[in-house]
Amino acid sequence: MNLRVRDLFFLLAFLPGLSGCGVKVEGKDDGQSRAAGSPAYGDTFIEASIGDIQGLIPNITSDSASHEVGGLIYDGLVKRDKDLNIVGSLAESWQLSRDCLTLTFKLRKNVQWHDGRPFTAEDVRFTYETMLDPKTPTAYREDFLAVTRLAVLDPYTLRIGYSKPYAQALETWGMYMLPKHLLASYVHEGRLREAPQNRRPIGTGAYRFVEWKSGERVVLVANPEHFEGRPYLSRVVYRIIPSQATIFLELKAKGVDFAGLTAIQYTRQTTYRAFEKAYVKYQYPSNAYTYLGFNLKDPRFADRRVRQAFAHAINKQELIDGVLLGLGREATGPYKPETWAYNPDVPRFPYDPDRARRLLAEAGWKDTDGDGILDKDGQPFAFTILTNQGNEERKKVAEIIQQRLREIGVAVEIRTLEWASLIKEFIKKRRFEAIILGWGIGLDPDQYEVWHSSKAGPDELNHISYANPEADRLLELGRASCVREQRKKHYDRLQEVLAEDQPVIFLYFRDALPVVSSRVRGIEPSPNGISYNFIRWYVPKERQRYTAG
Amino acid sequence: MIPYALRRVVLAIPLLIGITFISFLVIHLAPGEPVELQTGDLGVKSSAQSIESLRKLYGLDQPLYVQYWSWVTRLARLDFGRSFAPDGKPVLQKIGERLPITLFLNIIEMLLILALAVPIGVLSATRQYSVFDKITTVFVFVGFATPDFWLALLLMILFGVQLGWLPISGLRSPTWEFLSFWRQHWDFLSHLVLPIVVATFGGLAGFSRYMRQSMLEVVRQEYIQTARAKGLSEQAVIGKHALRNALLPVVTILGLSLPGLIGGSVIVESVFAIPGMGQLMVQAVFSRDYPVIMGNLVIVSTLTLVANLLADISYGLVDPRIRVGRRGRS
Repeated sequence: MNLRVRDLFFLLAFLPGLSGCGVKVEGKDDGQSRAAGSPAYGDTFIEASIGDIQGLIPNITSDSASHEVGGLIYDGLVKRDKDLNIVGSLAESWQLSRDCLTLTFKLRKNVQWHDGRPFTAEDVRFTYETMLDPKTPTAYREDFLAVTRLAVLDPYTLRIGYSKPYAQALETWGMYMLPKHLLASYVHEGRLREAPQNRRPIGTGAYRFVEWKSGERVVLVANPEHFEGRPYLSRVVYRIIPSQATIFLELKAKGVDFAGLTAIQYTRQTTYRAFEKAYVKYQYPSNAYTYLGFNLKDPRFADRRVRQAFAHAINKQELIDGVLLGLGREATGPYKPETWAYNPDVPRFPYDPDRARRLLAEAGWKDTDGDGILDKDGQPFAFTILTNQGNEERKKVAEIIQQRLREIGVAVEIRTLEWASLIKEFIKKRRFEAIILGWGIGLDPDQYEVWHSSKAGPDELNHISYANPEADRLLELGRASCVREQRKKHYDRLQEVLAEDQPVIFLYFRDALPVVSSRVRGIEPSPNGISYNFIRWYVPKERQRYTAG
Repeated sequence: MIPYALRRVVLAIPLLIGITFISFLVIHLAPGEPVELQTGDLGVKSSAQSIESLRKLYGLDQPLYVQYWSWVTRLARLDFGRSFAPDGKPVLQKIGERLPITLFLNIIEMLLILALAVPIGVLSATRQYSVFDKITTVFVFVGFATPDFWLALLLMILFGVQLGWLPISGLRSPTWEFLSFWRQHWDFLSHLVLPIVVATFGGLAGFSRYMRQSMLEVVRQEYIQTARAKGLSEQAVIGKHALRNALLPVVTILGLSLPGLIGGSVIVESVFAIPGMGQLMVQAVFSRDYPVIMGNLVIVSTLTLVANLLADISYGLVDPRIRVGRRGRS
């Protein structure tokens, strides 16, 4: 599901008017000239990427860099606009039948692949078949399994049928469309990865591919024929820089135009005049939250009072202030505040250690031997929190939680493990007591895979083995309707159930902290972040830095 | 001599097979497998079926010995297989993309180290305990103790950010393709200055010490006294008689560092964003890209064996005593 992956890393939403979350437009003395420059074609935009792209057919990759590059080269039938509404991209219009079972797309007629061939409904059918083909190594097949039939009515009209209402039906078609004339034989032979398309892609998108030097850079140029108009920025260069420290130095030397900052860089190290003149800083909550999860198969954590007690013992604001330097927002559930599915009226668990102790006492945990650690049936309350290596933020969160739980008489050990080992040996095998990890959330509120009791198998995502019949029912209802108001009802209730249950302790949504060179204009922060209108970004003629191209 | 070399080559084959078998085993024992890392990006929908089908696609559902056998039989035909990464490139192509820059950097670095370490070593040995010797000793300790990445960042801040004389990272400027022919070359070379300085600084410390040590030993030998006694100039004594002999152990170390030439330094490459072998290997390990890891290991271990062999043979060529002894045996 491309939108979901891109959402995670790319289409981050900016929310105005939230405490401490306003966009800070630095270098205000520059405001005059900012308004003056008129849109102009030209210049090169240099972006820093910490990881190399995995390939140039994003339908079969799952890393953020590939999807970011792929999003400029390819288009889907639909996309999200600045207010997160689904709007047409390659599709001119669509109709969803009243029973939500039939979806009819009308495609744009003037669209050409970068090699000049016309884009038609056959390409859409081909992309669909590719995603379903068992020989295609994709992680996004699931979304297309709900489709029961796909009929091409004429070269620019498609009808898609579903056997039961599927809430994400429309969003599914944001998947990148692939050119049939270049890929058909590779897909049939199961050699999609080896196709030249994966190195020198031909798309329909706003930018054409020029060069990919593995581990070094990817170069794209504006596609003057694009159906949404020629993009202003003539060239885009993705520089692959695997060290965060180096990216930061490149920013200081103005070697890159766009990069993400860490909290400390944002608040302490970029507040000097020259930096604020050269870059505009943005800040908005990201689409991912950090949580403390429990293995609910463990009888100690199966007791809801224990989990609620922990929620009272942890001070979320303290975590945000201490670890993120204030650049984040408390999470009350798995939905981001200010999105349509978010329900602010759920039970909350303010920091209250006395309450926590009382709840634990109710659950039978008392300090009978006077060693400062609660015990029950002769067993002290001690457990280990696992988290992944290389993530300083989670490690610090774990340490603060360790301290807070110690204060209510619970002994916590912290263990950090390499990502692959953590997932394979501990998470999948359920060999953990508690974990601190994060979840990326999509723009659609369907989180069936994470919370439904049927998804607790070894390769599935309900690691914590959460099972609540009411939550199950709400998740089923929520994904089976295509009317937003109805869905909202179900998801509101789901958030109440989750808040009451505290299957995990929802900690915070951290902020995304990108900076963009101040010579670039046309950026309009919105609930959909800043990158959604990239093709309308421009540099006024007199401030263009790289004249070539 | 030739039968001896042949025997060594034949003996190297089972050794190589042993190395590959153990590496293969160890890598597959490491927890985590490539399919999980491709689908397990948290937040991405990945069903049990799609993981299973990926496993099948890569042959990871087979028992380990079957996987090893099919890998070895392909290797015997010099087929290193394709990367598990979604780009699906042949392993040799991936290595081929990364090798030239690493090799280029390492050879320049090695030449620079030699050009600097030999004179430094000789001078500090012949003027033992002089001011020069003391300064270089301090310098060497500083060199040993300085972490590469730290020195790199300091130099980047000074020359890249503050002075703006040199580019900070990467190999080419973003507008490289629009530069003139000569400017392109200058641009490329200017990107290499800092990485080479950092890598040389680290290596220089060790090599100059070896050189000093070896020279100190040689100048105490009787034949040096003889040379002096016969009235040769100091220059001839040190430059001709002592240096040649003192270089022997250094050449050995040089030979053994041959495999290191293609290995690439992970730290220098990451900090300077140079797409070389070190980065390729580290990424392959983190994503459990077995074919790339194994391909890399085969090439490096083959080179190590070749380097060992060459070192042994060249000993024979350089040192008559060894040559005579071996002839006697073979």
